[in-house]
Amino acid sequence: MATALADVIAALKKESEVTVLSALIEVQEQLHYLPPESIPAVAELTGLSVNDVYTVATFYTHFRFSPPGEHVVEACWGPSCHLRGASEVMAAIEKAVGATFDSDTPDGKFTLRRLSCAGACGHGPVVVLDHKMRGNIGPADVTAFVEQARKSGGEHH
Amino acid sequence: MPSTYDELKRRALAEAQVAGLGGRPVITVGMGICGVSAGAREVYAALQDELKKQGVDAVLHPVGCVGFCYAETLVDIARPGQPRISYKNITPERVPELVRDAVTGANLRSDLALGAWGASPSPAIPNIHEFPEWKHQVRIATRNCGVVDPENTLDYIARGGYAALNKALFDMKPDQVIDEVIKSNLRGRGGAAFPTGQKWKFLAGSPGPVKYILCNGEEGDAGAFNDKALLESDPNTVLEGIILAGYATRATKGYIFIRCEHWLPIQRARRAIKQAYDLGILGKNIMGSEFSFDAAVAQTGESYVSGEETALMEAIEGRRAMPRPRPPFPAAVGLWGKPSNINNVKTYSYVPEIVARGGAWYASVGSERSKGTGLVCLSGDIRKPGLYELPFGLPLTAVIRDVGGGCPDGKKVKFLQTGGPLGGFLPASLMEKTPMDFDAMNATGAMFGSGGIIVGSEDACVVDVTRVLTEFNADESCGKCFPCRLGTHHINQIMSRIAEGKGRPQDMQTALGLAPSLAASLCAHGQLATNPIRTAYQYFKDEIEAHIKERRCPAGRCAAMRSHGSGALAGAGNKR
Repeated sequence: MATALADVIAALKKESEVTVLSALIEVQEQLHYLPPESIPAVAELTGLSVNDVYTVATFYTHFRFSPPGEHVVEACWGPSCHLRGASEVMAAIEKAVGATFDSDTPDGKFTLRRLSCAGACGHGPVVVLDHKMRGNIGPADVTAFVEQARKSGGEHH
Repeated sequence: MPSTYDELKRRALAEAQVAGLGGRPVITVGMGICGVSAGAREVYAALQDELKKQGVDAVLHPVGCVGFCYAETLVDIARPGQPRISYKNITPERVPELVRDAVTGANLRSDLALGAWGASPSPAIPNIHEFPEWKHQVRIATRNCGVVDPENTLDYIARGGYAALNKALFDMKPDQVIDEVIKSNLRGRGGAAFPTGQKWKFLAGSPGPVKYILCNGEEGDAGAFNDKALLESDPNTVLEGIILAGYATRATKGYIFIRCEHWLPIQRARRAIKQAYDLGILGKNIMGSEFSFDAAVAQTGESYVSGEETALMEAIEGRRAMPRPRPPFPAAVGLWGKPSNINNVKTYSYVPEIVARGGAWYASVGSERSKGTGLVCLSGDIRKPGLYELPFGLPLTAVIRDVGGGCPDGKKVKFLQTGGPLGGFLPASLMEKTPMDFDAMNATGAMFGSGGIIVGSEDACVVDVTRVLTEFNADESCGKCFPCRLGTHHINQIMSRIAEGKGRPQDMQTALGLAPSLAASLCAHGQLATNPIRTAYQYFKDEIEAHIKERRCPAGRCAAMRSHGSGALAGAGNKR
């Protein structure tokens, strides 16, 4: 059962230090995206304008304004992973999913996201499959994951 | 009334006695990000099950990263009275036999062992202390990484943690702490290498009562993972350094600043902070002294520029991570308008040992103007990727060949891409005569930066890698200064064009000619944006010219010059 926005805001009211950014991070943490009504809610919470909140929400690539797909595939495209064959892995993911980075499939099954550096450079190429990091991954691994994900339900809905 | 240090130490040793010295084997699993991405969680769960199933009585706890990424998932087994043995590349399938044979001592399984930490109990198991990737190291900031339980502050105390803080609080005046840091010649590890003690002096001289200590763990540099590794592996070393900085400058609160998706460092830093409050190491009258200090974790959204000190403050205040003009400098007007000191995670991590052993001791390690050690992250075309704490002054050839084991399959090294996406290329020819040193590396046009070294073998293409770097820089420009906002995209368009075989004769001159305009940017993101292309062109001119004049990629890497496989790297900017 997904948390409701009202609960997130109520919990944030109890925190000693809340900023627009920390509130938005918390909303997305709980709801996996920023629903339209979250923007005025955070504005009210922080005593700022809707504009002040939007400007932050649109700056950081972390935030999304629509629910993510059932399965989220994130691939690191940083130079270390790139040298180890990240672009071949990404091409395999795109082919298997039928969408390009960064986008969602129309059926809501997959979200593809580029990561600029996942921090496991010693294990490139790195992909994060449904929030689980996997290193030293090859095109075949992701194809297998995508096939399996197609058959199964979502991780976080 | 908070516990005194002596009370804490007694309690920690009593618990350590119960955990490890009571005649039971101790099993640890490397659970930093590198371990986790190699499957450490599954290995840990399998160990829990298997110990129960086989009825083996042993202590099991997570550790962070010892730095040998190439050997993850690492499982260490220490049998009573024997040196610890590390087992490499362990998978859940291997766990039952590991418990049956190695934990019980029936068979030490030299076939699965990486090595022993000390004189080996078996001739078939080598001594890790003899490994070149260990022998070259001097472990100061990372002294506990891979050994201490990052989720248990008492374990840190049992190993001597917080003794330096106790010494400072009761035996040293704040200024004496700063003097030791000045004596140590510690230079900032975030990239700019500014003298740390001097920075602290600025803050010490600023009026209170409210002052902040900010710890920058944003770490957006592709190829660097040492901040995250420290926070995951030994968060208390970082925290102790922050509290010491707070005491030295009479500050009131510290913030550890971490990117929101890096959940493991966030979790472990938060846990360390909570335990520190519970133990009286944070809060009012720390360890019974007159000094009070608070600390918290602050998160940023994904943004490379939020690692810049003034942008970082904007982010903590909840806004877009865009740099502020300087002056005023943070030591005068910083977070929430209050005097603030900003250092990188690694910088603070050296402080406990500097206070414990003296600045002069620290300054005895390293080269003439780069003191101490650098935390080097090796990745890319290298046999032993990992995190190694190496003394400055070590020849780069030793770093790459001895420590990293050179390129896989005996390939030749072609370049080192150092200092992150705003750093440069250092060709193999210069590697021969350049030591690992801030100034010596700066002189080549590459920089040591925050310690990331990405190795490119003879199979790598400089244009291909440069294109990735320039795309990253264009993507990550915060947009505040238009020379950077436009210039980084312009450079990326040119590099993409060259990589796609559509380069024009004057392209490189055009791109490099943007440097004076880019210099007008508020922060290094714009100011250094031509670094990668400048060094690429300086050292690999022929290769770049081949792409432009002959429409040929000598290394055969550039996608467009093969059949075009991926849209992954086409197009720039943040698509939502």
